[in-house]
Amino acid sequence: MSISLAVFLLFVASTLGITYWAAKRSRGASAYFAAGRRITAWQNGFAVAGDFMSAASFLGLIGLIALQGLDGFLYSVGGFVAFVTILLVVAEPLRNTGKYTMGDVLAYRLRPRPVRALAALSTLTVATFYMIAQMVGAGALVTLLLADSGLTYNVAVIGVGVLMMVYVIFGGMLATTWVQIIKAMLLSACTLILTLLVLRHFHFHLAEFFAAASQIAHQQHGQLVVSDFLQPGLHYKLPHGPLDLISLSLIFAFGTAGLPHILVKFYTVPDAKTARHSVVWAMILIGSFYVMTSILGLGAAVLIGPDDIVTHGGTNMAGPRLAQALGGNVFLAVVSAVAFATILAVVAGLMISASTSFAHDFWTNVIHRGVERKSGESVLVARIAALAVGAVSVLIAIALGPASNVLILATFGMAVAASANFPVLALSIFWRRFNTAGAVAGLTVGLLATVGLIVAGPNAMGIDPPNVVGATRHLIQAKPWFPFENVGIVSVPLGFLAAFVGTLLGREPSAEAKFNELLVRAQTGLGAEKAASH
Amino acid sequence: MNSTGRNASRQELARTEWDRIAASEQFKDLLQIKKLFIVPAFVFFFMYYFALAVLVGYAPKLASARVIGSVTVAYLFALSQFVVGWIIAGLYLLASTRFDALTKDILASFDERQGDK
Repeated sequence: MSISLAVFLLFVASTLGITYWAAKRSRGASAYFAAGRRITAWQNGFAVAGDFMSAASFLGLIGLIALQGLDGFLYSVGGFVAFVTILLVVAEPLRNTGKYTMGDVLAYRLRPRPVRALAALSTLTVATFYMIAQMVGAGALVTLLLADSGLTYNVAVIGVGVLMMVYVIFGGMLATTWVQIIKAMLLSACTLILTLLVLRHFHFHLAEFFAAASQIAHQQHGQLVVSDFLQPGLHYKLPHGPLDLISLSLIFAFGTAGLPHILVKFYTVPDAKTARHSVVWAMILIGSFYVMTSILGLGAAVLIGPDDIVTHGGTNMAGPRLAQALGGNVFLAVVSAVAFATILAVVAGLMISASTSFAHDFWTNVIHRGVERKSGESVLVARIAALAVGAVSVLIAIALGPASNVLILATFGMAVAASANFPVLALSIFWRRFNTAGAVAGLTVGLLATVGLIVAGPNAMGIDPPNVVGATRHLIQAKPWFPFENVGIVSVPLGFLAAFVGTLLGREPSAEAKFNELLVRAQTGLGAEKAASH
Repeated sequence: MNSTGRNASRQELARTEWDRIAASEQFKDLLQIKKLFIVPAFVFFFMYYFALAVLVGYAPKLASARVIGSVTVAYLFALSQFVVGWIIAGLYLLASTRFDALTKDILASFDERQGDK
């Protein structure tokens, strides 16, 4: 048995143990959906970090920085900044006014059925697309890293799917949270060791390291050139580059603050003050992780070389190959196993947010108008939904195959969150006049604009020469209609605009009358959901 | 204080009670003080963040200038985003002790009124 398989099995065994423990403790809806609201600040900080730092952050960013230098590092910065939005604007009001989902906050003073139905649709779409991207990533990782272990793509995808279903269906939010905490610890430790190994290679001499990073030889248009990877412009070039960059920044500034699987984490703590402290914990973890990705990415560019990375395994393998170069096969095995654990923790978080939204928003509140007919019904529905969502994602991931372009799927989730979820969430908390029509318009337009622009943009459209096949081939072989890779510069303002215009079309006295209640509750926590008392 | 009793009473508050708290000087003070920190902090941070994209996109020469050894303006500016984010988080934690104290007062006078009934 290979070392990476052993490390990975150890992780699986301990998380299954946690799931068993959580399943025994978990009684009732608040225990299942919100871990009884008894998670502490540091625990939730680690869980949020474990929920957020996906395989795309760990494997993708190192590769991106190794190929694009500073331009790639801008992605790392972007992943961090939205936590300032979450800290200052979202976490505390959300914790005080909601129960289990983002839809709770919207339904507080708006007409519950239309807003909950759309909130559930948006949550399910974001979560499913994100989940498929993670699963395809997991499968691809296996075929690259564990080729000698006899595991295939399909086995890996099914394995990830089954494991996350076990965590979520039996262990609920409590098990998911602990899986994420352990993963965050493993990932942080692994990144720190790898960073120290890179720096040791340069005798802990930062000047020497950065000097090497400023002269990297690589191929460009068939010619060997030497580039400074600490300078911008390797990826974002004129004429559209700067605007594309601002567009990306817009998505990052608000996107994470509208990601349903991140938002639900703030319901697992006892009160708003704990939610606040947990965001700061998450900011410390995520921030230091992203700072280290710059050392790892530049280190991979120096020690392995951008051309070698492209030809041997692609961008996603830059990190694992760096680990192999510096720490040998044992460390490669550990890094691969941690990358796998990373995917599992993120996928479990996505799955529980999707199934919670289906059960709580759609089943209980839209179909049955807020009345739970039998006690425990919503938890049962959530479990069945988790099974269904998991099965569908596994099937789609298998149908797509390991070579599919997952970047579009992942971009999609973040862009929908920034353009549809965040505007209506923020307006419903802060704008007295905001009403149901505004929320419906904002969610619908934000969602449609994002999908439409991504499909019409260079991510999906492009003309490839016939020798480009598989993952890198564009879905639609035509000149893109929309010039930017990142749709935020158009879709975020459109989402806000639609929410404004929709609101101004009419007045909703009941929503305005309830604003004081929402405001007082959001700011003081009066009447907020309490932690389980045992 | 019986916490479940207090909790139940809070959840079945009449509309007039919420409006009364919203109109109280204490609550207005809390909102004012929160706004005084949050709005400038948020605006400043995101101007600082978008300045990075603008600098890198529109002033690549300046962004490529080397400051210490090979380290460029752009890289240092990007790293400083993390530091500034952490500083804002720290300041917010400091400021929030004041928010919490004011919130406690509001809840205490609410409990008093509930007790009188």
